[in-house]
Amino acid sequence: MTAFKLQECHKKTIEDICNSYNNDPGDLIKILHKCQTAFGYLPEDVQRVVAKILNISVAKVYGVVTFYSFFTMTPKGKHAISVCMGTACYVRGAEKVLDEFKEQLKIKVGGVTPDGKFSLDCLRCVGACGLAPVVLIGDKVYGRLEAYQVKEILDSYED
Amino acid sequence: MEKIKITIDNKQVEVSKGTTIYHAAKANGIDIPTLCYLKLDHLNIENRPGGCRVCVVQIEGRKNLAPSCSTLCADGMVVYTNKVRVLNARKTVLELILSDHPKECLVCSSSGQCDLQKLSQKMGIREIHAVENAEMSTYRKDYSPALRRDMDKCIMCRRCETICNDVQTVGALSAVNRGFMSVVAPAFEQDLVDSPCTFCGQCVAVCPTGALTPFDDTAKVIRALADPTKTVIVQTAPAVRAALGEEFGLEPGTLVTGKMVSALRTMGFDKVFDTDFAADLTIMEEGTELLNRISKFLNGDKDVKLPILTSCCPAWVNFFEENYPTMLDVPSTARSPQQMFGSIAKNYFAELLGIKREDLVVISVMPCLAKKYECQREEFSTNGNPDVDYSISTRELASLIRFANIDFNSLSEEDFDRPLGESTGAAVIFGATGGVIEAAVRTAYELYTGKKLTKVDFKELRGLEGIRTATLDFNGTPIHIGIAHQLGNARKLLDGIRSGMYNFHAIEIMACPGGCIGGAGQPLHHGDSSIIQARFDAIYREDASKTIRKSHENPYIIKLYEDYLGHPMSEKAHHLLHTKYFEKNKN
Repeated sequence: MTAFKLQECHKKTIEDICNSYNNDPGDLIKILHKCQTAFGYLPEDVQRVVAKILNISVAKVYGVVTFYSFFTMTPKGKHAISVCMGTACYVRGAEKVLDEFKEQLKIKVGGVTPDGKFSLDCLRCVGACGLAPVVLIGDKVYGRLEAYQVKEILDSYED
Repeated sequence: MEKIKITIDNKQVEVSKGTTIYHAAKANGIDIPTLCYLKLDHLNIENRPGGCRVCVVQIEGRKNLAPSCSTLCADGMVVYTNKVRVLNARKTVLELILSDHPKECLVCSSSGQCDLQKLSQKMGIREIHAVENAEMSTYRKDYSPALRRDMDKCIMCRRCETICNDVQTVGALSAVNRGFMSVVAPAFEQDLVDSPCTFCGQCVAVCPTGALTPFDDTAKVIRALADPTKTVIVQTAPAVRAALGEEFGLEPGTLVTGKMVSALRTMGFDKVFDTDFAADLTIMEEGTELLNRISKFLNGDKDVKLPILTSCCPAWVNFFEENYPTMLDVPSTARSPQQMFGSIAKNYFAELLGIKREDLVVISVMPCLAKKYECQREEFSTNGNPDVDYSISTRELASLIRFANIDFNSLSEEDFDRPLGESTGAAVIFGATGGVIEAAVRTAYELYTGKKLTKVDFKELRGLEGIRTATLDFNGTPIHIGIAHQLGNARKLLDGIRSGMYNFHAIEIMACPGGCIGGAGQPLHHGDSSIIQARFDAIYREDASKTIRKSHENPYIIKLYEDYLGHPMSEKAHHLLHTKYFEKNKN
């Protein structure tokens, strides 16, 4: 994965996001949220530009990015897989499902496949405990999942 | 202010509404221990994260103990600061902090000055009920030329963060990560040298543990002193003499100039010189530059850069190189006194002695940590040989004196060597905020007006307010002066100039509270601002006691120009005593 190179158009995107919040440092979390949606993750250069526009220190922005587990500084795969490890999912076998994803993709939690297709993460409760165990791939929700279904699901993502 | 009555430890006291329990107790002689809370009165410094929980007290009718630093007094409140429940809670909190703290007090550079260590002693901690072989948090150590970060020893008091962001507005440090991994660090956990850090070191000055410490160069000094092939000379900054005594139990504000010289001579320095000499030299150069610019301006030159900014403070230089890259031609080009001294020593004085510059070792004793960085800047060396070899702090000098087994308090008073040890009262006041500009004014007035200055005390320039302004009368020409100490105030002043709010001819800026007297290399103030005030007063006492109080009347300065430099701003002076600035803008 090559390092993120910030282009002028990226700067414009960040500027627009900050502008929509009146460049208010009080809205830093929302701004970072939007930036992460736009770029998929929050590389150093994006944080630098945000800090500059909001007139706050980069250290502060980095502090917020590293505090909230939602924010990530590593790029996600094209299809981001999130396995719910909340209590309900966990007791209904989420760990086995997770292990199967690790096995199939040959990556660890937090990792990305070399082709950039899939990334694997855990999260705590998506609020769909009735469907436990739950896995999110992109915006799609898979409920009552069992380990044997994992390969089939992965194969359904062609590119 | 509305008054309310509360009871603290069975004693009825009256306090103003809005007072915290911590301050109400303190005002009534009860010193509640704390590791995170810090307030320097009159200097606009307060850290109150309510994080360490050491200052908890019991309040009648309230279920939980309350942190006294962030709980306001209420009318009729009954507070206990020393019930067994309170003391046990404090002890537990302390044990929990210690359970994730390295137990290397014997060899820690903060040993003896560490608030955590002192509190552990006070609370009688004898064992720590930690889980056996429990994991300790460890972080990469970061060594910069001026200070070291060993975050294993950090207790997350956040004092450094407050100083760096709120007081200095440098923004190098922030709390990052969460939970067990949380730590105060620069962005992306990079090294301090790669961050916007100015090396002002004020984070070190308030750190309650050994997490932030100066980069210690004393071993190199000892090695130089032991080398028979080297001539080792030392220069001492003005602020050192007003604070060194505190390390040996003397009252804050005790001037120990003579004893300090005596100690340095005993330790084996070949010559004991004074940075004050170079401060006088700075005034000759900077004062001339100031007059040149003002004269040009008054003669209608629209291109002249005003106000002129002082450039003695290396943290301030780092700050404007980082934050004001478009204004690099505004500050005076005069080097700082430390570097002027180094340059004159390695060129003029080495020539006088007939030795090569490589065989002359120049040590500086500074109240400052940024000076350690400054003397390593490339532009201050010739063929890889620095003008100032090592810079040690006031605290490091004290530890060298102890190491050499010298009984400081029984030393006789001795005088500096000549020629680089003669100085005037104008040079001494470089150590306090407003001092450099007052010294410059004393000389500039006489040079500009051609008149003798009858009253050398410019009281309107003195004080500890963060930003001060004054207009002086130079024989009918009004000269507007601005003064700021602490970098946050400097930023306000500079932004005020940009927006047209202020209009000055000259501005003095010092990075540390009170100027160099509050430098990060000085004995630690532990939150007591009266110590800084005492040093401030001492500096002006030393000035008043001097026979010569104007830099241009220093006979050795006059001789240096006659024999060697020619005149201020001459080509030679320009080469040896001036510098240029570089854009940093790391983030």
